[in-house]
Amino acid sequence: MSKKTNAAGYISAKESRRISKQNRKITGELEKRRERKNVPLADYTTQMRNPDNIVEFDDLHTYFFTDIGTVKAVDGVSFDIPRGKTVGVVGESGCGKSVTSLSLMQLVQRPQGQIISGSIRFSGDGGVLDIAQTPTEVMRKIRGREISMIFQEPMTSLNPVFRVGMQVDEVIALHNRAMSKDQVKQRTIEMLETVGIANSNGVYRMYPHELSGGMRQRVMIAMALALSPKLIIADEPTTALDVTIQAQILELLYSLKEKINSSIMLITHDLGVIAEMADFVVVMYSGRVVEKGTVREVFKNPSHPYTIGLLNSRPVVNQQVERLYSIPGKVPNPINMPNYCYFRDRCELSLPACAGLYPPEYRLSDTHVVNCYRCAHAVKEETPHD
Amino acid sequence: MTDRGKGVDTLVEVRNLKKYYPIKGGFLQHSVNAVKAVDDVSFCIERGTTMGLVGESGCGKSTIGRTLLRLTEKTAGTVLFNGQDLHALGREELRQLRPKMQIIFQDPYSSLSPRLPVGEIIGEAVREHHIVPEKEYEAHLDQTMSICGLMPYHKDRYPHEFSGGQRQRIGIARALALNPEFIVCDEPVSALDVSIQAQIINLLKDLQKEFRLTYLFISHDLSVVEHISDTIGVMYLGKLVEFGSKALVFNRPLHPYTVALFSAIPVPDPDVKMNRIILEGSIPSPANPPNGCKFHTRCNRCMERCKIEEPSQREIEPGHFVACHLYDGEGLP
Repeated sequence: MSKKTNAAGYISAKESRRISKQNRKITGELEKRRERKNVPLADYTTQMRNPDNIVEFDDLHTYFFTDIGTVKAVDGVSFDIPRGKTVGVVGESGCGKSVTSLSLMQLVQRPQGQIISGSIRFSGDGGVLDIAQTPTEVMRKIRGREISMIFQEPMTSLNPVFRVGMQVDEVIALHNRAMSKDQVKQRTIEMLETVGIANSNGVYRMYPHELSGGMRQRVMIAMALALSPKLIIADEPTTALDVTIQAQILELLYSLKEKINSSIMLITHDLGVIAEMADFVVVMYSGRVVEKGTVREVFKNPSHPYTIGLLNSRPVVNQQVERLYSIPGKVPNPINMPNYCYFRDRCELSLPACAGLYPPEYRLSDTHVVNCYRCAHAVKEETPHD
Repeated sequence: MTDRGKGVDTLVEVRNLKKYYPIKGGFLQHSVNAVKAVDDVSFCIERGTTMGLVGESGCGKSTIGRTLLRLTEKTAGTVLFNGQDLHALGREELRQLRPKMQIIFQDPYSSLSPRLPVGEIIGEAVREHHIVPEKEYEAHLDQTMSICGLMPYHKDRYPHEFSGGQRQRIGIARALALNPEFIVCDEPVSALDVSIQAQIINLLKDLQKEFRLTYLFISHDLSVVEHISDTIGVMYLGKLVEFGSKALVFNRPLHPYTVALFSAIPVPDPDVKMNRIILEGSIPSPANPPNGCKFHTRCNRCMERCKIEEPSQREIEPGHFVACHLYDGEGLP
């Protein structure tokens, strides 16, 4: 797609109109495909590559068609979430970590946001589904019951005009039509107690503004765990909270996860939280996975320059450094991505080879995978597209 | 450096500062109660050093910052800036002093006017206060901007064209353009990404070295505060519970709240298993604080005495102040 831009990066109205028209054509087709009736089961059932995984992202592409160009928010992301484990996803804002999780929930802003290609395999009660192809009707039964989400801002994700108890009730009642009102209430109060709210009967009748940030996040967790989901997506669950409350919430999340034996996809930019909570780490940069592995591998032997930079730029208590390391430059514009390694322009360790194609995956161990030419001495495993 | 003796160059001294916000209620809206946002706080900051102020949200950190600059009026106590009582100054005297004390705000998205070009945001106060002669105005602006990592051509752009980190640089340039001595940094990096945080913290440190600035660095991120500060104050519910040099407070935290706070910091190392003290419950409402020691409801070393009597600030070792009954009498345990 050729694009005429002037020096300042603005585009003309004519150009913008042309892009909008093109976008409508693309998204229209995708929407039509999504909205067709009576999708045969075979279209969206599939097989897991490894039955021990609960979710497998396989070369996922989620694009946003905006009036100034296509934003490749998620551009070829592959990683697995093993059953009963916690996978931490780290990266700066705008790197696509939230869009990855929204794609899994099918909550990407439509029609401009679309899953273009790739698959998300989810092993649920009704067999293995490819979320990228699953119709909305089926998805509705999965959301909340099998996959649920905890959002960053507990204040904005609770409805201010309904009582807290009612909002938790709704989730339970919606997925369990047979339950009577009293049973639902019973279950809600039970859940509120499980998440450590002492005055659960009182809180049941309160409005969100009457609760503190930590309490609201507990209510959110109660809501998310009410149906014992197989997978919990926690999108920056403690960013808005204080350190002491953060410790409480993380502890709670961990113990509840163990209790109902589910997996957690933990999205955060706090490396400390990841080190403590996660079993596996996925580092994302500009819509791509740059490094993934177990927590030990990534923290003890960070191999991608971005991961190294990220680990060094954070001050650590009881480790005095005169100056913090800071990664030079800034995140590239998501509309015109280069065809070489996205990190090359900021990388202090770049090699001549980096000017070539986007680096393929290099496997340092069974679990540790890095997309960087500096690791080329390791066995070359597979080459992604482009 | 932190000795409170004579001959030390103290820039800011706060004595028994109190700031209450009245709660209006009842018939005729008279005040029925007060939120004790800052309650009897004393500390001092030496010239050229950074004091870090930590605590949970709602504990009064920001109120201290604002009262220190007289952006809000105090209820009681004194604030000495360069030996002058700030809250006793008249309108014009205060105006003269304003360029010397500046503030950098937390949210770079809401603290810059969206209708003014960046040059105007940074330069408005420079012109207003006649910091430099008219002829040197442009050069001064360019110089300030380049120190803060901005380009001269950014002057004609508007804040929405910048990223979060660059906006924070604009906020810093705005404060720096007035040649201040003292800057209150009110959570300047909490809204930024990790790699951008490092850039801004390095910039603040460089500026301090170059211009001998004095900072009050307010943050709830303890690892950032530890990195940048020389002295540290820990606040809980309007009270300064512990105050001292960084080495003393971090190596030997004395107040149970400080101990718990430090133990809750997540460490980016999977091998470090934390001996974490998890505090029960959450911070009580400042409108209705508990009697006695304000922390006793969550304290794991609470004694009978703590519920009745409020501890006063005591100097446990030179330059290390704690307000806790555990250290009454015998000094260090």
